[in-house]
Order: sequence, then structure tokens, then C-alpha cells
Amino acid sequence: MKHIKTVVKGTLKDTKQKTGCGECQTSCQSACKTSCTLANQRCEKKHR
Amino acid sequence: MVHTFIYDGDYFALDVETGSVHVLDKPAYDAVTRLAQADARGGDIFEALRLTDESLSAEITALVDGGALFSAPEKDGVKPENVLKAMCLHLAHDCNLRCGYCFAGGGAFAGKRELMSADTARAAIDFLIDVSGTRRNLEIDFFGGEPLLNFDVLKSTVAYARGLEAAHGKNFRFTVTTNAYHVTDEMKEYLNANMNNIVVSIDGRPHVHDAVRKTAGGKGSYSRVVANAKDLVLGRKGEYYIRGTFTADNLDFANDILHVADLGFYGVSIEPVVTTGEKAIREEHLEQIFGEYDRLAKEYVKRRRNGNGFVFFHFMVDLDGGPCRQKRIRGCGAGTEYIAVAPSGDIYPCHQFVGRDAYKMGSVFERDIDKAVAKRFDDCSIDNMESCRNCWAKYYCSGGCAAANVNINGDMMKPYELGCAMQKKRLEIAIGMAAKEQMEES
Repeated sequence: MKHIKTVVKGTLKDTKQKTGCGECQTSCQSACKTSCTLANQRCEKKHR
Repeated sequence: MVHTFIYDGDYFALDVETGSVHVLDKPAYDAVTRLAQADARGGDIFEALRLTDESLSAEITALVDGGALFSAPEKDGVKPENVLKAMCLHLAHDCNLRCGYCFAGGGAFAGKRELMSADTARAAIDFLIDVSGTRRNLEIDFFGGEPLLNFDVLKSTVAYARGLEAAHGKNFRFTVTTNAYHVTDEMKEYLNANMNNIVVSIDGRPHVHDAVRKTAGGKGSYSRVVANAKDLVLGRKGEYYIRGTFTADNLDFANDILHVADLGFYGVSIEPVVTTGEKAIREEHLEQIFGEYDRLAKEYVKRRRNGNGFVFFHFMVDLDGGPCRQKRIRGCGAGTEYIAVAPSGDIYPCHQFVGRDAYKMGSVFERDIDKAVAKRFDDCSIDNMESCRNCWAKYYCSGGCAAANVNINGDMMKPYELGCAMQKKRLEIAIGMAAKEQMEES
């Protein structure tokens, strides 16, 4: 494309992504403790 | 919903519902921004699209048709059951420091100074195993006050939990959050061998740290803490973070983050204070704070390119492998996946609510929790919070921190707006930075 380049094709709506398996880290257990930052958490299934 | 923004001279568009990220030229940025505004007003974006030139219009249409721009919100099916799987164990409601901004009131959490007994900690582990169902990965954060004041119980709790893993099909992951004021050689060795993550509290430059993080005698703790922290985590194989707080007194906080990195630490997380006191972040501070994040981002990228980079917790975003949508909707899990346990064994939705009677959920000895409190936290999701539902950052912050909302607005359903503004600024940088790194790699 001339005007727009897709850098990341997001997968938030993919059916495979809908599992909600709950095995990943709880965000507050990492390093924030006062401000919820969640998108930097890793998916347990993708990084197994 | 689409959010357009500029980072480091480049134009970006984020398709909120899919997480797709696009880089645009200026005409495309102007056009997509106009469409996003029409979309936000409930207008017809294809009507607005007619105003753009033909080739641009064709590109945008292809992306919309391909589900990568202006994607419709997902209709959720059955919501997965909430299962408790993470626990913050308050080993010590006591502390050897008296930090000026401490939400724990100097470690006592509005109660008496006390240590958790080994029996209570074991009961907490038993409780978590019981209620965690089929979840394999369980998390324990040893917290305080200062948890190393109760080091023997920390050790016995780890041994107890490890001893139950195989029989129950569980895998415990341990974190300790410490001020590193008193760390013996035995503690260093033990923590590095047994903790998956170590979080050490340092605020940055000596005068910034010492102004707030004082001993009970009123002296600064910087020199001793930094020396101990270096001994504890530098060279460590596992994860660690130097976790600090900035306040209205050090709005030039990028210097503090860089100072911590200059000390040799790799993982850094320095966050704005959440308070209503004289050190509180106010709206008039935002411009300077945003400028600091921009300044930090430039130096951060430079260091990463030069091979002497570090990780700033709030600039991390995993554009390809981040959490699933269900996780993002549910947020931090306070009261639903995550609980805090006071030294008495009383259960609260998270460490920030400990000691507040209205939020008490039960006791590890009763082996049950108050479902009404849990429901309040379950309801506190981006789908139910009016101002979050239409916010572009909703899948990145997941509605923010319920405790911050309560502390500032008195209502967990009302987001702490200054916190939102800072979060959005950090996210634009994080997303732009990650996208540019991906472009450079490809």
C-alpha cells in the first residue's frame, strides 16, 4: 500500500485467543502494585 | 474504534478491537483521524471516507473490509468462571522504613503491627490450593510492610507450598517485594534460589529517595538500600524490578528512572504516586509529566540501540503475544483471581484494600469468601464502566486500578482520570516504540 503499512495484524478477535485459560501472571504480581498495566503481560500459551 | 497518534515523528493508527497497528503517511493520518472522529460521534465512516482521495480511500476500505481498521466490538459469549489463583501474603504488618507516601500507613495498614504466623501462611496456601480448581500456575507475592522482617515464615511457606505441588498438580511462582533495607547474605542466597521475581523499592536519585523513604529514626535509606539491592539482584538469573514512585516533588522523574538504570539495574518500574496529599499529581503537572515520558523514551530507545538498554515496565507492550481478550476485559483480577491475606488470615480483594472493613472478604481459616464483595469487583470491568467502554486504551489498562479509583473518586467504577491520562501517554509511546522496533527488524 502507498499510504498505510500494517505493522501488526492484531489477534484480539481471533477465536483461538478467546480461551481465557487464566494460567498467565496476575498483573499486580509483577511490578506495578498501584497502576494496572496489563498489555505487557505474556500469554502463557504462546510462551510455553 | 480507531485511535490515531504521533510518536517520534511517525503517524500511527490503532484498531482497538483487534489490536492491529498501522503506520501512516500524513494524508492517511489526517483522513483516518477524521474517520475516527466521525466514528466516535456515531457517524457513518464510509460517508466521511468519500472526502478522501481515491487511492487513499481504497486502502482504507481494504483495511476495513479485512478486519484491521474500524473493527466492530466483539460480542462476548459465556464469561469464563473466576478462579482464585494469586495471593498477596502480608507476612509483616510492620516495616523498618517510614515512607512519606506509604499506602500501608508505615506498614501497619491502619491496624496493629504484627507478623503473620507460619500456621496462618500455611492455611493461606491450603486455601489457595482448594479454591484454585484446575489452575496449575499459582502465584504468591510475599508483601508487607516489609516481608523480610518475617523471613523464617517466608522460608517455611515456600517449603510447605513446594511440598504440595506434585500431589495437587500445581506450580507455585513466588515474588517478594522488599525495601532491601535489611538483607543478610542468607536472605540473598535464599531469595535468588527460590523467588521467580524480586521487586525492590528504590525511588531514584539519592535526594529523591531519601526525602521520602526514611528510617524510623528519620534518616535517609538510599545508600544502604542501593548497596543491598545491587548485592541482591545484579547478576541474578531470574526476573527482578526496581520499583519506585514519583510524586509532585520530582516531576523530572525521567532523571530518576535513568539514575536507577545507571546504577546497573535492568528492570525498572517507577510510577506516579496515587494520593490526595501534598505530594499528589495534579492536572497542571500533566504537561511536564508527558514531556518527561517523551524525554525518557528518546533516551530509552537510544540506549537499547547502543546495546546498553534497560526495561521500563510501562514502556513494555507485547503487540503480537500479549494476553487474550478475556484477560484484558477482566483486568487485574482483584477480588476475583487475586486476593490479599493479612497477618490475621483475613482476606481482602487486593493489598491496597487490606485493613478496610467494608472490603473484607473472609478468612483463610473459614475457607470461604464473601461472594458479594467478589461480585462488586467482578462487575468492575471495562464493559461495565461507562468511561472505559469507549476508551481506546481499554484493552491495555483494563480499567485501571480499583483501589486508585476508590482512593481518589470514592467509587471503584469511576476511573482515576489523571491516572488514565498518564497511562494513555505511556501506551502511545509503548505502542509506537514497539511498532517501530518491529519495522526496523523486518
